[in-house]
Amino acid sequence: MTPKDEIHVPINSDSDIVTARQQGRTMALEAGFGDTDLTVISTAISEVARNIVEHALSGEIILRIEHNGSKAGLVITARDDGPGIPDIALAMQDGYSTGKGLGLGLPGTKRLMDEFDIVSDPEIGTTVIMKKWRN
Amino acid sequence: MNGKKKEVRRRIPGEEFPAAGQNALAVEEPTAELLTELVAHLRENRTQLREEWARRITESQFLTAMTKEEVFKEATAVYDNYVAVLETGSVEALQAYALDLSERIIPRGVETREVLGIVLLLRDVLARSLFKKYQGDFALLNRVLDAYEPAANRIANTVAVSFVRERERIIRQQQEAIRELSTPVLQVRERLLILPIIGVIDPQRARQVTEQLLRGIRANRARVVVIDITGVPAVDATVANHLVQTVDASRLMGATVIVTGLSSEIAQTLVTIGVDLTKMKTVGDLQGGIEEAERLLGYKICSSADQGFAKMA
Amino acid sequence: MRVPILKQGKYLIASIQSALSDYELLQLRDDLAAQVGKYRTRGVIVDVTVLDVMDSFAVRTLRAIAQIARMRGAETIIVGIQPEVAFAMVQLGLTLGQVETALDLEEGLALLDDRTRQDGNRDAER
Ligand SMILES: Nc1ncnc2c1ncn2[C@@H]1O[C@H](COP(=O)(O)OP(=O)(O)OP(=O)(O)O)[C@@H](O)[C@H]1O
Ligand SMILES: [Mg+2]
Repeated sequence: MTPKDEIHVPINSDSDIVTARQQGRTMALEAGFGDTDLTVISTAISEVARNIVEHALSGEIILRIEHNGSKAGLVITARDDGPGIPDIALAMQDGYSTGKGLGLGLPGTKRLMDEFDIVSDPEIGTTVIMKKWRN
Repeated sequence: MNGKKKEVRRRIPGEEFPAAGQNALAVEEPTAELLTELVAHLRENRTQLREEWARRITESQFLTAMTKEEVFKEATAVYDNYVAVLETGSVEALQAYALDLSERIIPRGVETREVLGIVLLLRDVLARSLFKKYQGDFALLNRVLDAYEPAANRIANTVAVSFVRERERIIRQQQEAIRELSTPVLQVRERLLILPIIGVIDPQRARQVTEQLLRGIRANRARVVVIDITGVPAVDATVANHLVQTVDASRLMGATVIVTGLSSEIAQTLVTIGVDLTKMKTVGDLQGGIEEAERLLGYKICSSADQGFAKMA
Repeated sequence: MRVPILKQGKYLIASIQSALSDYELLQLRDDLAAQVGKYRTRGVIVDVTVLDVMDSFAVRTLRAIAQIARMRGAETIIVGIQPEVAFAMVQLGLTLGQVETALDLEEGLALLDDRTRQDGNRDAER
C-alpha cells in the first residue's frame, strides 16, 4: 500500500496530543472511514495520548492500517514507560481517577472502539492497543 | 463466497491480463502476429459481424428490455472495445465501458445471465467467422483459435465481473436507502422534528438512527424533537440505553427530546432494572408529544379553532 | 493561539478558531474568569463549532468555565457542538451536566436573552 502504512507520534507534551489525533484522523480518512468514525477515532486517540502526558509523562502513539480479508481497520497503540497501572480492572471503571479527571478516559475509549486491550507493568509501563473496523 | 468473488475481481485488471506494455500475449511473437491479423479481420468485417451479433442477441431473446436501436448501439460499442482489447491487451477501457453500461441497464431489469449470454454470443460469432476464413488451413486455424480463445475468455470475464460488481453496488445502495426510509426524520413545523421509529432496534440501527437525527437537528435547526417508539416491539435495557444516548446527544446540540409511545409498564420495568429515565421527557402518545413540543416552542394551541396555531408574542 | 474573546453588551463571546491544546484551553478558562469579573458579565458563550473532538479534558474545562462564571453571576452556554462530536461524547460517557447548550451562536444569544430576562423581570412577566 502507501508508504505511510505506519506512523509513530512521540508524546511528550500536551500539544503532541493534538498532533496525534490529527494524524489519526488523516490516516482514517485515507482508509475510508466515515465522519462519525473519524471523530470517534480522534477522540479515542486524544484520551490515551492524554493519559500518557498526565500519568506517565512520555511515550508514543503508533497508528497502523490493518487488512483482514475485505475489512480495513485502524490499529492504535499507545505506549509509555511510566509507572504502570496497579489495578487495571479498577482503572477501567467509570469514574475512577487517581488524578482530578472524570475517570472516563479508559472506560469511555473502550466503548468508542471495536477492540480494546491494555497491558501494564510497573517495570515496563503501560500499552493500550485498540482497533476500529471500517463498516 | 464473498472472498472468492473479490479474488476474481482483483485479478482482472493487472495480473491475468497484463496491460499493453508487459502484455503476456505479446511475449510470444507468433501469437502477437496472429492477434494483429485477427484484429485486422475483425475491423474489415465490422459491419457484418456486428449485425450478425445483434441478430443473434434478438434471436436468443436477450436484452428484451431494450429497443433494437439501443441493442445495436451498445453492441457496436462493445464490439469496438472488444477489438481494442485484442489489439492492446489492456482491458481497462472495456472495464470502464462495461461498468458504465451496467449502470445504465441494471435499472431496466437486465440480468446477469443476459449479459453473460451476449458476450458468449459474440465470442461464438467471431469464432465462426474465423473458422470460415481459415478453414482451408487447419493448422493455421488451430493457432488462430489458440491465440483468440484465452483473450476472448478474459474479455467475457471482465464484462461479467464488471456487471456483477455494479449490481452488488446498486443493491447495497438500495439497502442503504431502504434503511434510511425506515427511520424518516420528519419536520412538521419550523424547529420541530418527529422521528417515528418502527421495528426492531439493534446496535447498528440505533447508531444509524442517532446519526441521522443529529444531522437532521443541524440541517433543520431543530429545537425540539419528538421520538415516537410506539412501533418498537421490544423495549429492553439495551434499547432504552440507546435512547438515553440519543437524548443526551441531541441535548448537546441544543435540542430537547420528548419520547412518546413508552407505556407506563415498560417505563416501570426500565426503572426497576436501573435505566435512568429521569433525564428523559416522556409523554404518553405522539399527539400529546407534539402538543408538548409546541408548548416548548412557544406556540399556543387554540382548541376551538380547527387547526389554528398561533405563535405567542 | 489565544482564543479571541468578544465583549458584546453584557455578554462575552469566546469563539474557538482551531483545535486547542490543553494549555490553550486552560488559558481560555483563565481569560474568561478574569473578564467575567472585570465586565460584570451576565452571560458567556463558548462557540465550539470548529472543534472536531471534545474529549474528557475539554469537557472538564468547559464545565469549570461554567462553574466559575456562575459564581460570578453569569450564565454559560456552549454552542456549535457538531453531530459527530455529540455522538462521540455520549459514547464516551461525557455530558455537560448543568451547562446549557444551543445549536449555534444565534440560538445561544437568544437563549441568553431569555435566561437573563427571566432572572431580571421575573415579577414583571407574571
Ligand atoms: N498511561 C498510564 N500510565 C499510568 N497510569 C494510567 C495510565 N492511563 C491511565 N492510568 C490510570 O488509570 C486511571 C483511569 O484513567 P482514565 O483515563 O479512565 O481517567 P483519568 O485520566 O484519571 O481521567 P479522564 O481521562 O476522565 O480525564 C487514571 O487516573 C490513572 O491512575
Ligand atoms: Mg484519562
